[in-house]
Order: sequence, then structure tokens, then C-alpha cells
Amino acid sequence: MPTDALTLNPASTAWLLVSAALVMLMTPGLALFYGGMVRVRGVLNMVMMSFACLGIVTVLWVLYGYSLAFGRDVGWGLIGNLDAVGLHHVGKDSLIGPAHDAVPVFAFVMFQLMFAIITPALISGAVADRARFSTWCVFVALWVSIVYFPVAHWVFFFDGGHGGLLGDRLGALDFAGGTAVHTNAGAAALALVLVLGRRRGWGSVSMRPHNLPLVMLGAGLLWFGWFGFNAGSALAANGLAATALLNTHVSAATAMLGWLAVERWRDGKATSLGAASGLVAGLVAITPACASVDVWGAMAIGVIAGMVCAWAISWKYRLGYDDALDVIGVHLVGGIIGSLLIGLFATSTVTSGASGLLHGGGFSLLGKQFLAVAAVGAYSFVLTLALGFALERTIGFRLTPEHEELGADLSQHAEAAYDYSTLRAHVHRLGGHEPEPGAWGAASAHDPAPAPPAQPPEEPS
Amino acid sequence: MKLVTAIIKPHTADAVRAALDAVGISGLTMTQVHGYGRQKGHTEIYRAAEYTIEAVPKLRLEVVVADDHLEQVLTTIVEHARTNGGSIGDGKIWVTPVETLIRVRTGERDTQAL
Repeated sequence: MPTDALTLNPASTAWLLVSAALVMLMTPGLALFYGGMVRVRGVLNMVMMSFACLGIVTVLWVLYGYSLAFGRDVGWGLIGNLDAVGLHHVGKDSLIGPAHDAVPVFAFVMFQLMFAIITPALISGAVADRARFSTWCVFVALWVSIVYFPVAHWVFFFDGGHGGLLGDRLGALDFAGGTAVHTNAGAAALALVLVLGRRRGWGSVSMRPHNLPLVMLGAGLLWFGWFGFNAGSALAANGLAATALLNTHVSAATAMLGWLAVERWRDGKATSLGAASGLVAGLVAITPACASVDVWGAMAIGVIAGMVCAWAISWKYRLGYDDALDVIGVHLVGGIIGSLLIGLFATSTVTSGASGLLHGGGFSLLGKQFLAVAAVGAYSFVLTLALGFALERTIGFRLTPEHEELGADLSQHAEAAYDYSTLRAHVHRLGGHEPEPGAWGAASAHDPAPAPPAQPPEEPS
Repeated sequence: MKLVTAIIKPHTADAVRAALDAVGISGLTMTQVHGYGRQKGHTEIYRAAEYTIEAVPKLRLEVVVADDHLEQVLTTIVEHARTNGGSIGDGKIWVTPVETLIRVRTGERDTQAL
């Protein structure tokens, strides 16, 4: 794509800039969504597993990730070349996109970076409370390098038929990441759960969520940010972006209602955690499909995803794997549902091209969707399993039993999320020197000779 | 002197406290506690996982009273801590003898310190 032939579209540029910011907010939102669901002893660790991705993936993306994902293909649509390493040859005037509707490359770099950040963050919920933080950081760096960057290239890189394997060459539809983000993260979560094993006491000790309002806040932020995730993926301020926006919202709504209906019928009560989980399942499922279906398709995808995922989260109790926060039940299952349902509900009135089975397109698209899901899921699962075992055998991935019982917050970060103590902690070693006794009025009863206060405190009569 | 310890339902605390105030009890101690008796616990459901919460939140109320004041205090607590004319989980009260009572501020002792 020669840069000089392109004209910048200011409206599309503005929407893409805003979308990048919206998607960025999803990762802190996810951190709260997950953080509220774990026990008190692991909240900060859960939150930090997401925030670490904001740091690590950003650096790698600028260094080589963007180039591997969106550099010119080196052959067979498997991976990009190294021309854009360190964002070399990219400047403020560099443009990308259709001739009269181009946007700055830097805006695209930022927008796609946010996808690369949230994908490994999604995995963290499955291994809550039992992963060493330092190993998690190494895992994230290696995982995005060997799994996410190539898969993003397969799915998201378009170059007139010479782009990525699954999107540009095969013609599978994934508008915003049903395969590259959700199936990918979900399959990796399944692999890591098998590497790390169950939490101590799983099935006998209570592991109920410690703060549901935090979960609801996180779910709300995810819903909000997802508008950028999906509608921003149009890379333009146009009718397709609006279609994606509408479909995204409708699917979240119907999935929430679907999940609650299952709960009401199966468990007797509609729960707030069910509402949060259901809307996320709907957002996951509509992600690949939001620019392929009409509003009726979006409603159907939402309600199917909500009901199936509400059922899927109970599989782990029968099969015995401890997917702590249901990354498999929501993201793997939801991502697969959304990607496959494109093969049924896609309509040429929206895609301007392929149609699904229910709109007269035959089985062709459904077959491509199946291939894309299988390729991403299998690649992610196998590589994550190998990477996870390698890390566990070398530097150790799972917390020691002592550290796990102490809690990941204290053992990994030397912090506690909430101050429940009424006894004040003794302050020492700030900047390497002991504070004067009585500093901040915090004289300890154990001081050998407490200095008399300058003015005796007033005695209440 | 006697120490009255009452385990009551948290939502009855305001009524009990106001009633005790009206019969001349000017100070008491309350603690949030968890426990169970015949009421047992309740069930919570999170993503298809059912949890039985055995210990339910209760309030422990402690007050030291003079011997001749004891019966009035006991009937007051029972009257105001009882819900719907008496339900399972309304709580328990027990009385223990107190040897010495001291007011820290003045050093006054026993009934002087009440």
C-alpha cells in the first residue's frame, strides 16, 4: 500500500482514536470484573495480572509485535516481516486503509495494540490464585510473541489476497476477534488450567466471589469499551461501524436475558453475577459477527450465547478442571459460538459479499468458519500447553502451597486489598532511615523512652 | 453485678439499644459476630455453584448491670430482640457474675463505675 496515494479521512481518524481509548479501558474493566470474583486474598494479584499486560505487551508491540502481525506477509499468510520493527519507517504522515478513507498508521497501531493487551489478560481469570506473578509476566511476553502476534496476522492482516491465512486468503469472517482474541484466549486458558492444576481446596473450600459490585462495575466498563472494540474495527466512521455498534449492544442485552432465564429456571434465582456473565458472553459471541449479521441475527447470537454459556460453565464441575473464572465457559465457548454462527446468520446485505446458510449462502462460509476456529483453537492450545509446561519445569509457574494459602496478594505483591485491621501497622524503613519516634503522632507503646508530647492532649471530662 | 451477653439478630439492634437506654442503661458494647444455632445457614448461588453459608451474621451485645437491675434488662432485651412473635434465629442471652468493675478514667470501682 503506497502511502502517497492515500487521503486521510478526518472523521474516521477521530473515531479510530476514540476507539483505541475505549478498548484500552476494557483491560482495567476486565481487571475489576475478575478481581471481584476471586477471594479477598487474591484481588490485587488478579488485577495485576491484567495491568501487567498493559505494560509488557505495549513494549513488545512497539518493538516487534506490530511488525509481526501487520508487516507485509513473508509467505503462506503465516506471519508478517520485520520492516516495521521499532515502528521503523512509520511516521506521523503514514496512512493505512482504502484510498479516500485512510487513517494514520499510528492510530491503527494503538487500536490493534489494545487487542494484543486484553487477549493475554483474558487468560488470567482461569488461573486465578495460583500463578507466580514473575512467571506470569514471562508467560505473557512469550505467549503474545509466539501465539497472539502470528494469529492476529492470520486473522486481521489484509493485503488484497496476499495477507493473513485465515482472513484474507481463506475468507473466514472475524470482524473484531472471535477467533484471534476469544477462541485464542479461551483455548490458552484451557491449556494453562491443565498445566497449573486446581486451586487448593477446590470443590471443598468456599471460593465464592468477594465483591460483586466490583464485578458489575467491571462488566459495565467492558460493555462500554466493547463499542470501540467492535465498531472501531470498521476503521472508519461509516454505516458499517454503526451496524457493529447496534449489533454489539443488542447481543449483549439478549445474552444477559438468556443467561438470567437459564438461572431462573435451573437455580431458582436470577443473579447479578449471572447478568454480568451473560452480557460478557453476548459481547464475546457478537465480536466476530457484528459486521456480518442484521439485528435479528445479533439477537439470536446473543440469546444462544447467553444460554449455552450459562450451561457451559457447569461443565468444569463434571470434568474436574478448575477454570476459576470461567474463561473457557465464556470466552472459548462464546468465541466458537459467535464464529460458527456467522456461517448461519451472515447476510450479504451487511457483508456486501458472503452469506450464511440461513441466507442462501450454503455451507461454504460455515466450513471456512469452522476451519478458522479449529486452526486458532488448536494452535493456541498446543503452543500454550508446551509453553506452560516449559515454564513450570524451569522457573516454576505454580505457587508453593504456603504462598497459595497465604494468598497471592501477600505472597506475590506484599500488599492487602482491604485494611481490616484495627491495630495500626508500625511504620519503618521509609527511604532507608527510621522515622523519629512520634512522627505522624504514631509513637509506639514499645518505645523505650517516649518523648513527652509538647502539649498534653486534652482530656475529655 | 452481672455481665449480660446477648446474641441477637443485627436488624433488631437499634430497637434493643433504644429500649435499654429507656430503662437506664447508659453504655454497652456491641460486636459483629458469626455463628449458627437451630437456624443453620442459608444458600447462595454463584455461576451454577451452590454454597451453604453455615455461620450467619449476628450481633453480640454485652452490658454489665447491677443485680437488682438484671431482670428488667433481660426482659427488655427479650421483648425487643424477638421477631414476629418469636422465630428461629432470634438469639440467646446468658448471664455471668462479675467480680470487679473499674472505670479507667477515675479508678472508681464496682457499682460506682456502672
